[in-house]
Amino acid sequence: MPDTHALVTDFLNKLKKRKIEGSKATAKLTAELLRSVISQQRLPNTNQAGALIHAIKAIGDQLTAANPVEVAVGNIVRRVLHIIREEDVSLTTASIGGLSLQGLSDDDEDDDNPLVSAAAAAAAARTTLRPPSLQTLLEDIPPHSAAAAAAALHHSSSSAGDSEDKTKSTDKNSRSRKLKHNVIEAVNELIQDIATCHELIAEQAVEHIHHNEVILTLGSSGTVIEFLCAAKEKKRSFRVFVAEGAPRYQGHTLAKELVARGLQTTVITDSAVFAMISRVNMVIVGAHAVMANGGVIAPVGLNMVALAAQRHAVPFVVLAGIHKLCPLYPHNPEVLLNELKSPSELLDFGEMSDCMDFGSGTGSPLLHVVNPAFDYVPPKLVSLFITDTGGHNPSYMYRLIADYYSADDLVLQQRPTS
Amino acid sequence: MGAKKGGKEDAVEDMPHVPLKAILLADSFTTKFRPITLECPKVLLPIVNTPMIDYTLAWLESANVEEVFVFCCSHSKQIIDYLDKSKWVNQPNFSVSTIESHNCISAGDALRFIYDKNVINGDFVLISGDTVSNMILTEALQEHKERRQKDSNAVMTMVIKQSKPSQITRQTRLGTDELFMAIDPATKQLLYYDDKSDDQKGTLTLDKAFLAENPSISIHNDKQDCYIDICSPEVLSLFTDNFDYQHLRRHFVKGLLVDDIMGFKIFTHEIHSDYAARIDNFRSYDSISKDIIQRWTYPFVPDVQFSLNNPTNLERHGIYRASEILQSRSAEIGPFTYIGKGSSIGGKTVISNSVIGDGCKIGSNVLIDGCYIWNNVTIEDGCNLKQAILCDGVVMKSGSVLEPGVVLSFNVVVGQEFVVPAYSKVSLLPQPVTQDSDEELEYADNNSGIIHTIDTLENGNSRTEWESSEVGIGGRGFIWSMSEVDHEEEWRHSVAPIPETKLIELTQMVFDNLELNIQDDIVLAVPGEQESGNESDDDNMDDSLQIFEKEIEATFLRAVHEKVKDDHIILEVNSLRLSYNLALEDCASALFYSMMKLALDTTHTSPASLVKNANDVMSRYGKLLKPYLQSVDGEIEVILKFEEMCSESAKEFAAVFVQILHMLYDKDIIQEEAILNWAEEKEGADESDKVFVKQSEKFIQWLNEASEEED
Repeated sequence: MPDTHALVTDFLNKLKKRKIEGSKATAKLTAELLRSVISQQRLPNTNQAGALIHAIKAIGDQLTAANPVEVAVGNIVRRVLHIIREEDVSLTTASIGGLSLQGLSDDDEDDDNPLVSAAAAAAAARTTLRPPSLQTLLEDIPPHSAAAAAAALHHSSSSAGDSEDKTKSTDKNSRSRKLKHNVIEAVNELIQDIATCHELIAEQAVEHIHHNEVILTLGSSGTVIEFLCAAKEKKRSFRVFVAEGAPRYQGHTLAKELVARGLQTTVITDSAVFAMISRVNMVIVGAHAVMANGGVIAPVGLNMVALAAQRHAVPFVVLAGIHKLCPLYPHNPEVLLNELKSPSELLDFGEMSDCMDFGSGTGSPLLHVVNPAFDYVPPKLVSLFITDTGGHNPSYMYRLIADYYSADDLVLQQRPTS
Repeated sequence: MGAKKGGKEDAVEDMPHVPLKAILLADSFTTKFRPITLECPKVLLPIVNTPMIDYTLAWLESANVEEVFVFCCSHSKQIIDYLDKSKWVNQPNFSVSTIESHNCISAGDALRFIYDKNVINGDFVLISGDTVSNMILTEALQEHKERRQKDSNAVMTMVIKQSKPSQITRQTRLGTDELFMAIDPATKQLLYYDDKSDDQKGTLTLDKAFLAENPSISIHNDKQDCYIDICSPEVLSLFTDNFDYQHLRRHFVKGLLVDDIMGFKIFTHEIHSDYAARIDNFRSYDSISKDIIQRWTYPFVPDVQFSLNNPTNLERHGIYRASEILQSRSAEIGPFTYIGKGSSIGGKTVISNSVIGDGCKIGSNVLIDGCYIWNNVTIEDGCNLKQAILCDGVVMKSGSVLEPGVVLSFNVVVGQEFVVPAYSKVSLLPQPVTQDSDEELEYADNNSGIIHTIDTLENGNSRTEWESSEVGIGGRGFIWSMSEVDHEEEWRHSVAPIPETKLIELTQMVFDNLELNIQDDIVLAVPGEQESGNESDDDNMDDSLQIFEKEIEATFLRAVHEKVKDDHIILEVNSLRLSYNLALEDCASALFYSMMKLALDTTHTSPASLVKNANDVMSRYGKLLKPYLQSVDGEIEVILKFEEMCSESAKEFAAVFVQILHMLYDKDIIQEEAILNWAEEKEGADESDKVFVKQSEKFIQWLNEASEEED
């Protein structure tokens, strides 16, 4: 336990100091961290899922607060929570046996508010982990409306599974191990998914990139490289325009990479995007995060590209691994989901130091350098999302989110009052 | 999994791995932040609502330093208490330990003390606890290590950064004096370091030998010393060996540069996109606060939780807001402002370019511009604050006014409608009487005294014996008096911008200096009439030659009258020659000219007595010419000069040209060869030029014959 604590603080520090950047790396590290937390979490005999969810939520709360801009952290935490819930449900259903009727009581299994009085928690715990009995049914207060959906889901699944298992009393120990084991398995799968999302997305490249097309991209994204190269490998011949992506100029590294893989590449400045867009057949870019409304948080400059693409009716395609899918709706994204980086990426401090001599003049700084890291691209400008599960419309994002996250986890922050 | 990964990293690093250590001096050993530092150590003073030492520690941690020794001297208990409570002590790969000493009065003492403790055995980073930086250390460390392998005398790498000093005030934006550095452009070795420019004129004197020794140097005045040094362990022993080293720069660096016996070298590492600066005085406090708010120090900015700072949101226009702020709807918060947790702001209050700490209560109709307000400050209605620092617990009664540059130390109360005059420093503690003007003075000395005074103050409060005259009715605090000199220079190091009038005054001074000093190449264009004549180089040369001749003549005459020793005359002439940058021959001809002038000026009746005069002078002072007549060319030059005199300034000599020439020959001042060469040179000249050659035809012939006989 102290070991995980150290790991968590270490990761928190790294997040706070912005030592880990990039949604994929963060997602992977978060998932790995949560996996080790789960594996070392000692579970009580009762209400194991609740305890796990509680632990993960506590950590997730800290993690998201450490760097609110890196939404991938929150996404992974929610995914893991969702996994725990699902595993728990499937385990319970498996052990319920034929008593499909009792399945109904199972709805209180999602302890969303683990801080209720100890008795209630214990009661709730019992219901989740044991085959529900009449007594627990009576003791119990159904927590909230969200449970209804879960109950329905559960009900159907339990009725399906009732035939296989008749022994109600499974050994607790083996059960607890089983839940943990299953969850860790599932988290491993998630890590695997994150690692392979590039390939899954790249597989779809041939369907989108055609012969003699001109593709425009901005900045650098691992997913975009793989996507373009996959098309190249399928003998598609096309040209790529790379906008350099000031001020970080990641476009330069992208261009290098593309040329190394034998793609015809042209580097342009960001400001030349509008002039070039009319010759472009498709814009393909990566994203930092995809919000629930289909809006995209992306490297700075992309909103401009999206607007240019819209003006010339060029499809604007966003590649996003499923870990980038954020179940939140953006509110004031330009400010709240943005990070202002150091102005030294734009200007050399030494060169400008005489402009910033606060000793002379009025003392108020006349020069201000703003270096935002991200842009918000509203959903109406996005033509298509390509995720590991296929291509989707922006308006379909909410549906995907419902598949991957439980509605109960959307708000990670624990309210101290309840 | 995570544990495994960590283990692997260790294994990779462990083999050549020596943990990087750092010495953090949590004491600046200066008194620039008085009176605040009488009550609180400087490193714990908040800058943008986070103690300075947190910035330093956060940077050290991010730079992969593993062990930090915090050296505390004055107020050591406060620092140790703070560190114990902070999160720095329980970090996995980052250990902070304190070293405490009470009798150190300088950085030199501190380093000697640390050397005795024997805790440093490898390269270390030497930094003071008031440094804000986000530089990446790896590159500088790598350079340092590589140099060390090649040359074990490379003991220190100093981090510098470009920063242009103001042309007018001759100080950097951080309020420090203009710094001159000479750096070898190829090796980056530091060759010269001087932070005291001569009476603010921006002149720099280098030894000639220094220039001769170093084939290439680049001299900078636009570099800022970041006070981040990567040192080898020798540095500590050097301090121990030279027990008189006190100041890191003034003594240690300069001592090392001047002393070439040991051959230790200092190198520089220039950072470009990274930020590093040291809070040295109130001016740099202001500048660095603004840099932090403008995010040059990213990721050490208020909205990133790099220490225990409260979560803060950054809004548009650089407004940082912590949580639980009560702000009236009509209050106006301007750009580049930080507002701390739990502060409340009343209606129609206008705040701009300021930092407001936690738990402050600001009334309505208050005007705050460019102020640094620390925690739990109460400002009542209708106050007006401009460019001031208000420490914890200050109370401003309604209607009071702070003029620019005011510093209010802890718990000061400013009385109703009282106007605190510009640049004044107010503290609850009375000004120490015996204030040493020396900057090195250590405030820890007075520690015991301070505690004592605080006690008496606490008692005194109940008696309410605060004089109303000091800070108004109901106010509490002493206005510290400043000596005349301090007061004159106060504007330099204040948080307030330099007043317009002062700037104009200084600009005028710069212009005056320019007019006095022709060679001063300050870029400001001056509509000067005096200089206009000296535009071309030729004119300049002629001018300087004439001036030089006059100087030589004056020197010579003075020597004659005051009967100065010959050696001294030669010395003076030599120094004149160097300062005018002329050749030996010029000296010879000028000296000869002045001698002849002397002979001429001595009373004479006939050409014969003139010759005699000349003879006398030559026999007395002829040997002065010797050092300058090393070659035949020089002698020819003398003859030509004499010829010129005869035809222009001293026509009386024309008649006796040959006699004098003969006399010079007899006295071995001019040799036969020179005379013959002179004659040969004149062969092709105009008739008018040949007058004197013809005159001396016989003499030359005799010379020719004599030489033939010798053969």
